[in-house]
Amino acid sequence: MTRDDHMPQATRRRFLIETAALAGAVGIAVPLAVKPASATPASMRAAIRKVVGEAALNKGKVKIDVPPLIENGNAVPLTISCESPMTADDYVKAMHVFTEKNPQPNVVSVQLGPRSGRAAVSTRIRLADSQKIIAIAQMSDGSFWSSEAEVIVTLAACLEGV
Amino acid sequence: MRPIAAVVFATAVLSATAIAAEIPLTERKSSYEFMGRETRAMQDDDTVNPAMLWVLDGEALWNRKEGSAAKSCGDCHGDARASMKGVAARYPAFNAARGRPVDLEQRINICRAEQQQSTPLPFESKELLALAAYVGRQSRGMPIEIADDERTKPFLQAGRDLFTQRQGQLNLSCAQCHDDNWGQKLAGAAIPQGHPTGYPLYRLEWQALGSLQRRLRNCLFGMRAISYPLGAPQYVDLELYLMWRARGMQVETPAVRP
Amino acid sequence: MARALINAPAKAKRGEIIEIKTLISHNMETGFRPDNTGKPVPRDIITDFICKYNGQEIFRAELFPAIAANPFLTFFTVATESGTLSFEWTGDNGFTATESVDITVE
Repeated sequence: MTRDDHMPQATRRRFLIETAALAGAVGIAVPLAVKPASATPASMRAAIRKVVGEAALNKGKVKIDVPPLIENGNAVPLTISCESPMTADDYVKAMHVFTEKNPQPNVVSVQLGPRSGRAAVSTRIRLADSQKIIAIAQMSDGSFWSSEAEVIVTLAACLEGV
Repeated sequence: MRPIAAVVFATAVLSATAIAAEIPLTERKSSYEFMGRETRAMQDDDTVNPAMLWVLDGEALWNRKEGSAAKSCGDCHGDARASMKGVAARYPAFNAARGRPVDLEQRINICRAEQQQSTPLPFESKELLALAAYVGRQSRGMPIEIADDERTKPFLQAGRDLFTQRQGQLNLSCAQCHDDNWGQKLAGAAIPQGHPTGYPLYRLEWQALGSLQRRLRNCLFGMRAISYPLGAPQYVDLELYLMWRARGMQVETPAVRP
Repeated sequence: MARALINAPAKAKRGEIIEIKTLISHNMETGFRPDNTGKPVPRDIITDFICKYNGQEIFRAELFPAIAANPFLTFFTVATESGTLSFEWTGDNGFTATESVDITVE
């Protein structure tokens, strides 16, 4: 599937379903002009600033584990981890995940503590398009650390239209 | 995929002179082998497989007393782990009373009506899928083996005919993709051979567990062909053929697919 | 049928770091998906998840629509004492679900 039409994935999905419905002569007048909300790099930065405030955002310490090529954006396995002794004096307080092109930028925020033992969380997320994922870790000493990953999202071949 | 690209693809396939030929038994691969590493990991680990939610529900339903007979599946069949072992691996199976093969979901509903004096569960309902997933799970790892039954032969042929006939606006047959062009790419995704080894399964596209019939309807939709209603005999005939075509391959129920 | 599946070790050594895996059935309707008429289906998601170990909160998560359907969440904790791990999910439209498992720590 070439990306020369610059259509975001969610609209592309809608376009394919709707043209298929028309081709199948179902005859429902579905507006093709439905433009779903989309985060912008600016709204993602705003969401990050809400968490980080005016503190400096250092690069490093937090690791994103996500497949670089994703078969279906509906359920993408994601692991966020941070190297830390996780002692009462030195632990990861929180980890936050953001995306650039989903309809809205926040994905998940987790609160950890010295009792966590290990700062590693796994989940499955939705990705609307090929894009950048940003993870931010907040340490007990008040510092913030971030890292990012670029992923490519493909679509399954036979979409469900009915 | 885009209608234009679909026409180009169909033309390319039509101009190829290859006649649909069955995949040699040794070259058969489950769709599992076409998935990415992470999706495979989701299927392999019961603690991570979202389909297990339905299997758990199925276990609860297995033990629930139903209908005016106030009987649970377990009251007749005991522990499913023993009594249902191998069952899903040999369905669809011939049902003498109906004079034709039935699939596992239909067989469950036959029990509900005749043994539990209860109402049949709607096709694609959470309950029916959960029971089918629970029963299917008990055959995991076992080889698919449809009974060599004379009575099913006409239905097997009907299924084969459905698989090889051209249909829909693209004038494509299932065989043209899944026998002749498996392994090649269609809209960025690999074309699998189309073996129903893991149904009902959790399809990431559906974000839920679904049946083989649901998937076949997706295929027919993609081919721009008219699909039959859920529970139609054509689906059972086709499933019978597909399970025969997959004979000897391992049951993966409940699988995960993209 | 909001069923939850918890995978945590039934037994652990004191001080051992254990992994807890959680899975709950929920559609996680994003609020961005259009229905057949083009109108967005209203948001209906799980928004919060808390795990407590003998009543003490040890893990908390805030979930957004970008979390996939049937939310899957794994995390770690130190096995400190025998007792109960309790889990609570809350979300839109008054959704709540709870689950608990026992753990023996020697």
